[in-house]
Amino acid sequence: MKIVVCVKQVPDTKGGVKFNPDGTLDRGAMLAIMNPDDKAGLEAALRIKDEYGAEVTVLTMGLPKAEEVLREAMAMGADKGILVTDRVLGGADTWATSTTLAGALRNIDYDLIITGRQAIDGDTAQVGPQISEHLDIPVISYAKDIKIEGDSVVVQRQYDDRYHIVKAKMPCLITALSELNDPRYMTPGGIFDAYDKEITVWGRKDLKDVDDSNLGLAGSPTKIAKASDKVRKGAGEKVTLEADEAVTYIMDKLKEKHVI
Amino acid sequence: MDFTLCKQHEMARQLFKDFAENEVKPMAQEVDETEKFPMANVEKMEKLGFMGIPIPKEYGGQGCDILTYIMCVEELSKVCGTTGVIVSAHTSLCADPILTYGTEEQKQKYLVPLAKGEKLGAFGLTEPGAGTDAQGVQTKAVQDEATGEWILNGSKCFITNGEVADIYIVIAYTDVVEDKRGRKVKKFSAFIVEKGTPGFSFGTKEKKMGIRGSSTYELIFQDCRIPKENLLGPRGKGFPIAMHTLDGGRIGIAAQALGIAEGALERTVEYTKERKQFGRSISAQQNTQFQLADMATKVEAAKNLVYKAALKKQEFADGQKVSYSVEAAMAKLYAAEVAMEVTTKAVQLHGGYGYIREYDIERMMRDAKITEIYEGTSEVQRMVISGALLK
Repeated sequence: MKIVVCVKQVPDTKGGVKFNPDGTLDRGAMLAIMNPDDKAGLEAALRIKDEYGAEVTVLTMGLPKAEEVLREAMAMGADKGILVTDRVLGGADTWATSTTLAGALRNIDYDLIITGRQAIDGDTAQVGPQISEHLDIPVISYAKDIKIEGDSVVVQRQYDDRYHIVKAKMPCLITALSELNDPRYMTPGGIFDAYDKEITVWGRKDLKDVDDSNLGLAGSPTKIAKASDKVRKGAGEKVTLEADEAVTYIMDKLKEKHVI
Repeated sequence: MDFTLCKQHEMARQLFKDFAENEVKPMAQEVDETEKFPMANVEKMEKLGFMGIPIPKEYGGQGCDILTYIMCVEELSKVCGTTGVIVSAHTSLCADPILTYGTEEQKQKYLVPLAKGEKLGAFGLTEPGAGTDAQGVQTKAVQDEATGEWILNGSKCFITNGEVADIYIVIAYTDVVEDKRGRKVKKFSAFIVEKGTPGFSFGTKEKKMGIRGSSTYELIFQDCRIPKENLLGPRGKGFPIAMHTLDGGRIGIAAQALGIAEGALERTVEYTKERKQFGRSISAQQNTQFQLADMATKVEAAKNLVYKAALKKQEFADGQKVSYSVEAAMAKLYAAEVAMEVTTKAVQLHGGYGYIREYDIERMMRDAKITEIYEGTSEVQRMVISGALLK
């Protein structure tokens, strides 16, 4: 069985978000990590590998520095890493990103593709489902549990107040929630082995069946007008009342705001 | 000369840091308070290969270098001195001498499970009447002429990982010879002793000032019969084996001391920024700033000595005929004294809160003290360094 996990190197938002003067993210000033949902997807793939046997390939698109997340994935147990990097691919939105990744995936033999639900720097949750559209394979999103049954996957798909059990024949694509599992740690020896392995590096010319008009900043329909950190909330209103009166007061306010 | 770490080391440090923060730090206070050996975390470290970091892969280890192992002890000790010394004693004092002096059979039988973390290791040299002065060792091994077995009698004290360890390196005297001046001199040998061997038992558990979760026991040998194949290295070479083992161990303890100092410094920087007196944070006071500057400079100097000693030991591990005694002694001497100084200042900068057990800082000060004492006191390190200078 062959599994491809798509991962993204994202800025670690735990240390706060930093911007360049032009409003874009100052990635150099922030620690880079593997996107948490992607890491859960990788762990899911590694558990399938442990249980059923599989070859796990990690795929990422990004700057040359994004190689680090591939090494990390290999130090956790992934077998191969592929980095797609090219200046013409820079500034991609979800459409251009999914087009690029699909172009790379057309060169790879796979039974299952796993992506994270969404990246913490974009929060769109679009790239995974878009890849499945490009490749014309089924997608099961928001997986909180994955099982393999013969040539199919059985997935618990998280829904608002319940979960769905969905079965799909492979090849298919699953998007993983970070709640899916607790990703394993790397091992010290795994780290050194990961750096001894070759990483495959692909550029624009290696992408299959893609049109330049769908790549990079130029091929991105999304235009960002402005980016900012969380907007500070106002101080709010403070009133001191007895419990009964407080309940009435809150109810009135909620009605006033059409919440109830 | 290059002071930058390579990518592998940076990633390994991140791994150790994540593990220490997520798994070890939440338990550190309880481990100290209850004096319980942190078995759950040791088991997690075993699964991740932390117990065999510098051991070659063919013997079940991770095949990493000495610096990676040293960084592991350092990062663990930043949050818990107890956990740091468990890894250090196991790796440097038990697995390492078997790797260096063991026969192929001994390596397969003992080093492989140690490196995989299936078994825990310890080392016994110190006795009630013999610490720094090794000639005071009373534990004696006599060979049974008929069977070739060694019969061990005596006791060892203050043994780290005692009682929890499965495999022990024990130093005993096997011969008494006359030196050139006609004085009687004991000749020592090293033995590999398994827990459960008849005649091998444990005495009292020590109640300590610091590293309270570390299991420190007396080992007792009463007509304990050890198979002849468990003699480690040549008969009569136990003393150089022990000294060489301690040279390596000292780098581990130096890393522990460094980690404790770094941990205390990090917390103190955070605390002084938060703590407000006279309307501003105490980090705005010049006294605080100068103290922190001195602490950070000494920590950095200690780190350079510790890493340099690790790289020197690496040269030896790579097959070069070099000694790293002086580098190890300097690293341990300096890092231990810096750990004591930095943690003491850290407590002072924390004021009353630094003296309260709820805060980690008083534990760090108690943990720091032992690094000036075990695996050779600071005075012994000075003897080693000056001995090399004046020879």
